[in-house]
Amino acid sequence: MAETMKPAPDGHGDSGTRRDFLDLATVAIGGMGVISLAWPFIDQMNPSADTLALKTIEVDIAAIEVGQSVTVVWQGKPVFIRRRTAEEIATAGSVAIDDLRDPQADIDRAQKSEWLILVGVCTHLGCIPLGQKPTDEKGAFGGWYCPCHGSHYDTSGRIRRGPAPENLRVPPYIYLTDTLVLIGESKAPA
Amino acid sequence: MSAPVFKNPIVRWVDYRLPIFSFMHHEMHEYPAPRNLNYWWNFGSLSGIVLMAMIVTGIVLAMHYTPHADMAFASVERIMRDVNYGWLIRYIHMNGGSMFFLLVYIHIFRGLYYGSYKAPRELLWILGVVILLLMMATAFMGYVLPWGQMSFWGATVITNLFSAIPWVGESVVAWLWGGFAVDNPTLNRFYSLHYLLPFAILGVVFLHMWALHRFGSNNPLGIDTKGPQDTIPFHPYYTYKDLYGLGVFLIVFAIFVFFAPNFFGEPDNYIQADPLVTPTHIVPEWYLLPYYAILRAITFDIWFLEAKLIGVIAMFASILLLMFLPWLDRSPVRSAKFRPIYKWVFWVFVIDCVILGVVGANAPGDLVFPNPEAVPDPETGDLPGFKYLLLGQIATAYYFLHLLAVIPLLGLLERPLPVPHSISRPVAAGAGVRRMEKA
Repeated sequence: MAETMKPAPDGHGDSGTRRDFLDLATVAIGGMGVISLAWPFIDQMNPSADTLALKTIEVDIAAIEVGQSVTVVWQGKPVFIRRRTAEEIATAGSVAIDDLRDPQADIDRAQKSEWLILVGVCTHLGCIPLGQKPTDEKGAFGGWYCPCHGSHYDTSGRIRRGPAPENLRVPPYIYLTDTLVLIGESKAPA
Repeated sequence: MSAPVFKNPIVRWVDYRLPIFSFMHHEMHEYPAPRNLNYWWNFGSLSGIVLMAMIVTGIVLAMHYTPHADMAFASVERIMRDVNYGWLIRYIHMNGGSMFFLLVYIHIFRGLYYGSYKAPRELLWILGVVILLLMMATAFMGYVLPWGQMSFWGATVITNLFSAIPWVGESVVAWLWGGFAVDNPTLNRFYSLHYLLPFAILGVVFLHMWALHRFGSNNPLGIDTKGPQDTIPFHPYYTYKDLYGLGVFLIVFAIFVFFAPNFFGEPDNYIQADPLVTPTHIVPEWYLLPYYAILRAITFDIWFLEAKLIGVIAMFASILLLMFLPWLDRSPVRSAKFRPIYKWVFWVFVIDCVILGVVGANAPGDLVFPNPEAVPDPETGDLPGFKYLLLGQIATAYYFLHLLAVIPLLGLLERPLPVPHSISRPVAAGAGVRRMEKA
């Protein structure tokens, strides 16, 4: 084998020696080992089991009046629940969808048109938009206004002006009863 | 270059086995420095001293600080009120951060003016940019630790930048947070990294010094030293010059620590973090404002790229581009003293960076020149007139134009003045423009 080949000046045969093979195999196996061991050190930074356990919340919406907004905390983020007035629903439904930056119809954003449920985090850089309190500035479209960089959202939570690229996110949710909403799951737990 | 003979037998014994004393003698005592360095050359060593002060005060603060979302704010208040001299140590650390950036920015602009980034000091310059990036990461994470409103919302805005990465952005952000929002896991890891990164900075500073000592300092004339007649030993000449500068700097530092300790701070950070209330005006620390202005200047999509992603790219590019400066600048002359056009363009760039800082501190929709008679648009609420957003876009455009067009073109078009023959003979008869020599 190796001793029958004419060694190149650097001591290695053109087609590789047994030592080259052993070197490569060792580096490959060792490299795979290092990569496998690196994963736990990367993955430890992902959300842990106890954090993931707080995935869903149940909210009783019975007490919310028409025109009122309520903020609940889900996964450390605010969730906006607004019981919309007939006028707000009408405005949200009458927008030309093709003109929107993130085109989406109002009926696709609210399972029951009276109740709008949104993640209250601006899709630009994560500030909490204003518009939940009656005294808050609601922006040029009557929905929410993010004070950080000036994004305006309409009464369906869609982005209408400003730097945010997307509409306010609709979390997965389901009505367990007429007045009880489960936020965090789109299917009722068995 | 000859090995020194030490009188002390213990020093001699140690030095024979571990030549640390020879090394120190060589690099600090006999290290030849150009004889014409001015006070702008003080800022490197001043930065190093402040880095040491930050590490010392930081280690002490870590002895009293609790990195938990429920207790961090109170533990900082305890340091301020109850820990012996805690107020002093925290104020030194807090203002030290601002001082560190101030010194380093002056140090960088000095390098820009005198062409210190040019061959053969390209790697020295690049290592400096790496230090700046590490400093920014460290400062950002340190600012989160008191867990005030600005801490929390600054962290939220900056970590959300990574959500702009296509496809994997959301996963990356959850990975950075260790949850669904900035929360206790985020605070914990930032604390760990804020303790680690200064030592990484120290390591890169060592490489920075190593690269510096390979060819020695640049100088105000920007020409290479030709021999012993152009240099003086670092010690005592520049150790004393540095010490004098240190005294002046410490006066300034002390004025802030003792008389205006919250000058650089935000009152909102003395309110405990509340994930459900965003402060009306989130601003980063002053030293990050220009980058923040560049981030916010991009409000338009380009092709398939979203504005948010371009903003993030532009912000990082504004710093990473500096690494390529040695190759963007083709002028053979280092010092702006002999570059009649660059001398002015440099100041335009300085003013541009200051304008970016001012824009970063203001709301994009506000008017640059407040006009009480301006009537807001009844539908949109927009004020007619010259807004900070437009000023920021102009300043951002110039920033990139300066680095990518003005500097390369000047290298081709500018006619430099005659460069002196040597430092010891600054006015040489008939000395023309010479190509830089490899030192």
